Amino acid sequence: MDLNTVEAVIPTADPGQWRPGDAWLAGGTVLFSDGGPAVDEQPLKRLLDLGSTGWPAITVTGEGIELAATCTVAELYDLPADLNKPGDLNDGSATAAGPADWPSLALIRPCCDSFVASFKVWNMSTVGGNLCTALPAGPMISLFAALDGLATVLAAGGISRTVPVADFVTGDGQNCLAPGELLRSISLPAAALRSRVAFRRLSLSNLGRSGVLLIGRLDADAGFVLTVTAATRRPVQLRFGSGSGVPQPAVLQRAIDDAIPDRLYHDDVHGLPAWRKDMTYRLAEEIRVELAAAPDEGIQPYVSGDFWPPAGQGW
Amino acid sequence: MTVVIGINGNQSESQPRPGQCLRTFLREQGNLGVKKGCDAGDCGACTVHVDGIPVHSCIYPAVRAQGKEVTTIEGLAGAPNGASTEAGLHPMQQQFLDRQGFQCGFCTAGMIMTAATFDQAQKENLDRSLKGNLCRCTGYRSIEDAVCGHEGYPDPGAQTSGVGGREQPDPRPGQLGDDAPAPASLGVVTGSAPYALDVPPGELHGLLHLKLLRSPHAHARVLNIDATTALKIPGVVAVFTHEDSPEQLFSSAQHELYTDDPDDTRVLDDVVRFIGQRVAAVVADSVGAAEAGTRALKVEYDVLDAVFTPQDAVLPGAPVLHGDKDAETSRIARPLQNVAAELHSELGDVAAGFAKADFIHEHTYRTQRVQHVAMETHASIASSDDDGRLTVRTSSQVPFLARRTLARVFGLPEEQVRVVAGRVGGGFGGKQEVLTEDIVALAALKLQRPVQLEFTRTEQFTSSTVRHPFTVRLKAGATREGELTALQLEVLTNTGAYGNHAPGVMFHGCGESLGVYKCRNKKVDAQAVYTNTVPSGAFRGYGLSQMIFAIESGMDELAIGIGMDPLEFRSRNMVREGDQMLSTHPEPQEDVHYGSYGLDQCIRLVRGALDRGRERYRAAGLEDAGPGWVTGEGSALSMIDTAPPRGHFAHSVVRLLPDGTYAADVGTAEFGNGTSTVHAQLAATALSTTSSRITIRQSDTDLVPHDSGAFGSTGTVVAGKATLAAAEDLAVRIRAFAAGIRRVQSSGCVLEGDSVICEGTRVPLTEIFDAAAQAGVELSADGQWGGTPRSVAFNVHGFRVAVNTGTGELRILQSVQAADAGVVVNPRQCRGQIEGGIAQAIGAALHEEVHVDDAGKVTTDVLRQYHIPTFADVPRSEVYFADTNDKLGPLGAKSMSESPFNPVAPALANAIRNATGIRFGELPMRRDLLYLRMKEARMPR
Repeated sequence: MDLNTVEAVIPTADPGQWRPGDAWLAGGTVLFSDGGPAVDEQPLKRLLDLGSTGWPAITVTGEGIELAATCTVAELYDLPADLNKPGDLNDGSATAAGPADWPSLALIRPCCDSFVASFKVWNMSTVGGNLCTALPAGPMISLFAALDGLATVLAAGGISRTVPVADFVTGDGQNCLAPGELLRSISLPAAALRSRVAFRRLSLSNLGRSGVLLIGRLDADAGFVLTVTAATRRPVQLRFGSGSGVPQPAVLQRAIDDAIPDRLYHDDVHGLPAWRKDMTYRLAEEIRVELAAAPDEGIQPYVSGDFWPPAGQGW
Repeated sequence: MTVVIGINGNQSESQPRPGQCLRTFLREQGNLGVKKGCDAGDCGACTVHVDGIPVHSCIYPAVRAQGKEVTTIEGLAGAPNGASTEAGLHPMQQQFLDRQGFQCGFCTAGMIMTAATFDQAQKENLDRSLKGNLCRCTGYRSIEDAVCGHEGYPDPGAQTSGVGGREQPDPRPGQLGDDAPAPASLGVVTGSAPYALDVPPGELHGLLHLKLLRSPHAHARVLNIDATTALKIPGVVAVFTHEDSPEQLFSSAQHELYTDDPDDTRVLDDVVRFIGQRVAAVVADSVGAAEAGTRALKVEYDVLDAVFTPQDAVLPGAPVLHGDKDAETSRIARPLQNVAAELHSELGDVAAGFAKADFIHEHTYRTQRVQHVAMETHASIASSDDDGRLTVRTSSQVPFLARRTLARVFGLPEEQVRVVAGRVGGGFGGKQEVLTEDIVALAALKLQRPVQLEFTRTEQFTSSTVRHPFTVRLKAGATREGELTALQLEVLTNTGAYGNHAPGVMFHGCGESLGVYKCRNKKVDAQAVYTNTVPSGAFRGYGLSQMIFAIESGMDELAIGIGMDPLEFRSRNMVREGDQMLSTHPEPQEDVHYGSYGLDQCIRLVRGALDRGRERYRAAGLEDAGPGWVTGEGSALSMIDTAPPRGHFAHSVVRLLPDGTYAADVGTAEFGNGTSTVHAQLAATALSTTSSRITIRQSDTDLVPHDSGAFGSTGTVVAGKATLAAAEDLAVRIRAFAAGIRRVQSSGCVLEGDSVICEGTRVPLTEIFDAAAQAGVELSADGQWGGTPRSVAFNVHGFRVAVNTGTGELRILQSVQAADAGVVVNPRQCRGQIEGGIAQAIGAALHEEVHVDDAGKVTTDVLRQYHIPTFADVPRSEVYFADTNDKLGPLGAKSMSESPFNPVAPALANAIRNATGIRFGELPMRRDLLYLRMKEARMPR
């Protein structure tokens, strides 16, 4: 929709230029969808346009993946395929220490497909925008939090800081950014990318908005990490340290009991808290079973919901 | 430095405004095929390509398009990759044309722009690749056929019967029984079919825009409105408040008799009765300035007590909404008790009936608020010509009634008002109201300049109308032998802050839903009650869908209670041809007859299809849906009168044109119901030609004397009958005239295509026209129909479902509907109406709810919070037609537009009951609720 109070679009990525009434413009798909701040708040006066920053969308090294905040969802979606074909992202040097040994890349497509928005919107919407919007169902939040993503935030005066993505989102529609701060990038460490992963998601409608989205990760050092999103107001991460392996069912249940009090389950039209809670336990157990089985055992784990396992689904 | 935007190969000189989205920029440049469905990126109606990439232009910053090339539907066929067909269309446009992949057509340009970019993998996964394109009319089957270019109709591999039988005609091209394409097809697929606001820029000189300040309070008196600051904003031209409003009370509901609805509404009132009601109107030379004006208004309110549920509203001491009105003059049943309308009746003796019963079922059923979500929002433009004649162009199902209302409210003679509807982008009952026309008329009359108002999608949710929520306390009894002995209903409907359609929906709801059962003892106590919430209004089914949900669920429970197959139980108790159809009056309605009867066939067709479906699953080894899944079957029936009561009028004029084709001027509106196609086919049949030789003009109060409008499923059976009469009369006149000039007997002349054959000699119609013109004779004829007597139509729906007891997921394994539509004028279109009705009903049964919070505020005010079915949510349905020929309808046809919606929700509830053992008496049956009920019932998970 038209943002009729906007008087200027300023191409800049300098937080020093920000003033009240400004909004960072990345893809614009959220700003132009909900019209910006509510009427009784400071009306939008200027858009600070990140469209010409020239930030490289995706940088892949042996250390991991760095995504500019302005990387579009479409670019991210193409990443697994791009890594498989010769080009800028794949200089042929991929080794066991690089993308060829990153099973977690398999999460990218199901997470993108968890958007209720269609592939057309992905052509404009950015991964950083999804983080900043900070909805419980934001699937880039799920993805990056699950992979121990680290967000780099810029402030006026050339100051920058880093925040784990799991802490970046603090509540329904709330993030840790101070007014004027700018999300610059997200880096995904190779250690997490090397992990085995499992993904589960449920929605109240087919391919609809996520009501519950859980990602499990079994690290090379036998650490186990479960990331709960969509079901809760903000991401919740359960970490079982290196060497612990996949926990026993009762241990996992108790960990969820401790980490997620009832009031933390999200309550809106996309799912009642009581359902989200039970589904969190259910999907957590499915993930536990999937990751506890050795990958070559050939066991077909039970999969509730859609998008997983990704193999053979022709997307 | 200015950077230009390329649009369809041309460089646009204009610069977008800083906060402008690409959609409005493109429309300002004249690309009116780019539609606004949601303005929020959800519906895809505005899809365009930027440098070949499909995007939603409503959430695309226009400044980002600078230096890029934009392709809209208008330029698709000419785009570099847009190889065009012989007709000058892009192949995807051609496929939508050939497969008729649309109804109202408002979503079509966006569908085509999206699908034109698909590769094979995307076509094979339309669940995913079309989730950003919402269609409210079709149920997506025809869209799938179009996108994939499926061959054949109906698909020979699909489990559908289509039509055919001894009562059905052999289809002749362009005539009765043919799958003729919609006359507007080319306009729809090219984006050139004009909807309400598709008036080329510059055509309305000095166009102003109106925005409404809406009430933040559920109930308040407006003490003062200070417009000083607002009027100082550059571009603001005027502010209108209740002080400028006519005193005349009216109803936004539109009926042939305005006395059918209470007069409880003013154009602008000094009391507001729901959050979202109009408080003031700001008119400015741009939408932005008008918005700024509404923000600058300072309003003092005296906040009043409010009441939000009908249960509370009828309690003594409840806040009163319309206590200032006189019951008799405003036609409100009991204003001081918030009762807009009521109905109390008893046929037979229900107490005796229950005494006789072996099994009694008692349950309270509840239906929710549902929004129509027509893809085109309410919108209108009013202008006043030099002679002071008011013209309103609007998205309306009822242009003639809107004219009447405007004349009444503003004290104008009717001939001083013209109302025109363009192609209407979906209605579903929502546009049987005056919600924009009155306020733009007020502004245009005061300012003597054209004024436009376009509702936002949020205003559709918060400030238009919803389906009446019903609470139905049902008690029903049956004997072990399967006799329905008594049916007792206490009905409370929530009409919201205004009584538009309150009486009609309540009465109609308690009509055919009961009348279809020949039970001796029936008792109804119904009230339609005011609350301080968004008004309810007309919605597809008009009360029947809510009542049928309760009654058909109850019939299922009775059958289960006595251990009888539910369809068998229904068959024993439903009316048979000749039985009196009684609901709340001891005598049947005088003008409702069995013009035909196909309910028994519908039951057989659904039963047979479900049996075959069960066998298919068994043969495929899929009887067991897997661990955690339980399966079940359910069905429900419905009956509907083929036209509303107390008269529904239609006029048509058919004339011969100089080129030997025909023009048909009809009053009724086209909103995707396919009426225009049907009219062309009916006229073509009478004139022994093809529908392509009939040009339809419609929904303009200047065209014909009067038309009650496109509601109550009347497009075919009432308006069609008028057109058929006109065409039949014209055929007689042409033959007589031809006989005169050829000096032969009229009986020796027959019409054939573009000619009259006079005793073997072919005389072209062009020659006939010329001869008539020379003789000073106009070969034209009028037809009219008063909507009475009426017949009855039937629909039966069956489902097979699987429910996951561990998650609440629901899968529809089979969906079957059998319809008794009489002679089917256009099988493809009629099937489309049924598929669309099923899809909309699945949304209302499983997903949709306009949620109102404890303070009376609508919280589901965008499509992301109000989930309407996407491609992925809608199963392909098997559609069967009963083989009947109606004595009353035009050439044997019956109505089939509202009714396919009505049996769907209870059929689903009954299938879920069969699968889980749990009765869901409340809609919607969302997955989380299904799961929690199953958990409560301790089903194994």
